[in-house]
Amino acid sequence: MARKAIAEAVKWAAPGLAGMGKGHRTSCKPDEDSITMAVEAARLCLAAAPDRAPELLQFASTTAPFADRSNSVLASEALGLDSDLRCLDLGGSLGAGLAGLINALSHGEPALTVAADRRATRPGSAAEMQLGHGAAAVATGSEDVIAQCLATATSAEDFIDHYRSAEAEFDYAAEERWIRDEGQSKVLPQAIGGVIAKAGKDAASIDRIVFAGIGAAASRQVLKQCGLDETRLVDPLDSVCGNTGTAHPLLLLAHTLEQAAPGEVILVANFAQGAQCLLLETTEAIAAFASVNPISDQIANGREDGNYLRFLSFNDQVEMDWGIRAERDNRTSLSAFNRHRKTVTGFVGGKCSACGTRQFPKGPACVNPECRSFGTLEDEPFRDKIGLIRSFTEDWLAISPNPPLIYGNVGFDDGGVIMMEFTDFEPGELTVGMPVRFVFRIKDKDPKRGFRRYFWKAAPVAASEAN
Amino acid sequence: MAQGIRDKVVILGMGCSRFGERWESSAEDLLAESFQEAIADAGIDRDQIEAAWFGLSMDEQNLGKSGLSASQSLRLPNIPVTRVENLCATGSETLRGAVYAVASGAVDVAMAIGVEKLKDTGYGGLPERSKGTFNDLWQPSATAPGSFAQFASAYSTQHGVAMDTLKEAMAHISWKSHENGSKNPKAHLRRQISKDAVLKAPMVAYPLGLFDCCGVSDGSACAIVTTPEMAAKLGKTGELIAIKASQVSVSNGMEMTHGSWDGSFAHTTRVAVARAYHEAGITDPVKELAMVEVHDCFSITELVTMEDLGLSKPGEGYRDVLAGKFDADGEVACNIDGGLKCFGHPIGASGLRMVYECYQQLRGTAGDRQLTRPKKALAHNLGGFPNFNVCAVTVLGQLGS
Repeated sequence: MARKAIAEAVKWAAPGLAGMGKGHRTSCKPDEDSITMAVEAARLCLAAAPDRAPELLQFASTTAPFADRSNSVLASEALGLDSDLRCLDLGGSLGAGLAGLINALSHGEPALTVAADRRATRPGSAAEMQLGHGAAAVATGSEDVIAQCLATATSAEDFIDHYRSAEAEFDYAAEERWIRDEGQSKVLPQAIGGVIAKAGKDAASIDRIVFAGIGAAASRQVLKQCGLDETRLVDPLDSVCGNTGTAHPLLLLAHTLEQAAPGEVILVANFAQGAQCLLLETTEAIAAFASVNPISDQIANGREDGNYLRFLSFNDQVEMDWGIRAERDNRTSLSAFNRHRKTVTGFVGGKCSACGTRQFPKGPACVNPECRSFGTLEDEPFRDKIGLIRSFTEDWLAISPNPPLIYGNVGFDDGGVIMMEFTDFEPGELTVGMPVRFVFRIKDKDPKRGFRRYFWKAAPVAASEAN
Repeated sequence: MAQGIRDKVVILGMGCSRFGERWESSAEDLLAESFQEAIADAGIDRDQIEAAWFGLSMDEQNLGKSGLSASQSLRLPNIPVTRVENLCATGSETLRGAVYAVASGAVDVAMAIGVEKLKDTGYGGLPERSKGTFNDLWQPSATAPGSFAQFASAYSTQHGVAMDTLKEAMAHISWKSHENGSKNPKAHLRRQISKDAVLKAPMVAYPLGLFDCCGVSDGSACAIVTTPEMAAKLGKTGELIAIKASQVSVSNGMEMTHGSWDGSFAHTTRVAVARAYHEAGITDPVKELAMVEVHDCFSITELVTMEDLGLSKPGEGYRDVLAGKFDADGEVACNIDGGLKCFGHPIGASGLRMVYECYQQLRGTAGDRQLTRPKKALAHNLGGFPNFNVCAVTVLGQLGS
């Protein structure tokens, strides 16, 4: 979302925001939330670190879609991970992401820590400009790591720079200067000094400094107090992304590791109800490490949106009239969902052991007109395949929070066809024969009962992946 | 080898309500309208009807799930009334039930009647319903135009036809239907339109514009059938119109799931029509069928159906359409009554409405739109979506032709 468009739209009420109207902030589509972003980040992470089955999956967020339904377990099924996995949901503070990573590093078992936030902001607020939606994932373990943990440090302090009550939709923020002078510049230097000392290093040996959860002015102040070299501060991605909450320290760490050479010392510090600090040193293995869809590519391929009204609607802040079709009752049959969980959440179809035909969904008998055998279908995951568009439409009659509803028949690279929804395409962009990949997204919401369904949708293949 | 039903059953009488936005009429009123015309045409008393099949696809008009509403509104003599629902092929299914009952010898006189009161649902298009507990978890909330629109993108690609050219052919189809419908006093839409208006209409589901979509209408149609012998005994005058074939083909999931279907045609239409031509003894449909009534829910559907029925070669349909082959004065008149596009599409009645037009044309009673007396005619329904459908094909003709 272009901040300029926000500033322009709200200037009648908040002319003071004009100064912040530069660059972009990330924003979810209506079919995205913390879960879907987390699944996508985790998939990229697992693809870049294959053959490392995690024993622990941690999902950190202050905006988890379910208050009581394990979001990490749902993510694990979408990722197709084994059910003997230990799953943990973390939240309650913007420090949960980095604290989760520190927790995983302390235990040492192969773990996947993913943090995601889709924080809501009031129209015309500074937060609307400053925050972004995002997710990041980090795989940890003890074998062949690209960065070694040197030390960790955390402090716990109930310094209230902002809060959101359990019932509230939006954060309530305290005065910025007070947060900087009485909070950040007192809490952070102490923790940073602690983690550097614990590792037996000194401030001059830090090659890259990641600060999350603090603004530019506070960063300068903290760097000075800690004797850190200002030129080594990693770009906090303010101008292209905004602060992504629990995800932000992990996102900046991922971005840093994508650029780092062997033997670099990296400091990660986050401010939230105290401080969470981590000191890492990259290994020789990082030279050969290749990130899947690295953050710089994601930024470069970002799509600018200048439609503030649409942005508000996507964030449920404008109630559009979607007509009579939107009156449909979306109750989910939980018993049917449970029976088809693997099919729906995991995007698992079938492959016939008699004739090899791939099909989605499975059904009791093979779909191949020449076969039609009963009981021969074995599980076949579809989520990582590449599809080719066979037919499509842009449907202005169908109900969608982001019209038109785009859907069509997609054939898979190694067999099978499914009529499914497309996402992240704009009208006029599709052609028959175009390749697509599959992403885990919100399929439908049931506002009456607070439930949401997830399924997979066909999305554009990045230029780098199409080759 | 089964013999089929060719010439075993004839139409004793038919009726059809005026289609349209029938705000003043209930579904029961519409049933009465088509029923009264049918029994008058048949020249019988309602107590002579021994069994009935009642078609109703959408329940929003509160007629309920059984045959009771038909039996009660028409005061039928406590005969068996079976409610039938098979998407847009519902009307054709009622006829198949009645025809099979007579052909089997179980009854002498059977009735097929269908109705839909769509305008009481409050929707502009068809009502939006759940697709089922499992399907709602993964299938797109597809609408009928969105699903059928995909014929166009697939057809354009498979046959290398530019979308602009295809759109012109589609516009010709809609223009033709309005021309035909303008001559039909029972049709919902009776205004002539220009092809330019079709091409400039707002988009409903790419590439289908508003005028590529059929009318959403209220209406009812009714057929009373019997054996040729019984028809003579009951004093039916004029040439008898016989059922030459009645076939239904239902998708088994192949189109939706298996890669062998390319999306540019309706598989079930090809299956159903092959059986129907065999049953009716038709070997050259272009020569033998002077007219067809096809399921033109959307203009592109009519175009691909011309190929599926063997009236055009695959990939040539758009050329034939543009050349006027299916116009009122063309080689095979298609939807001479205005089709779903202009006569309208009350789901449960549509199949019977098509048969009604075939019956009128075959008997020479079609008024202003009467074709040079055809000998055989075909009615075709495609219910559901192109990848998930029910196809019905009925062939009619003069007895013994």
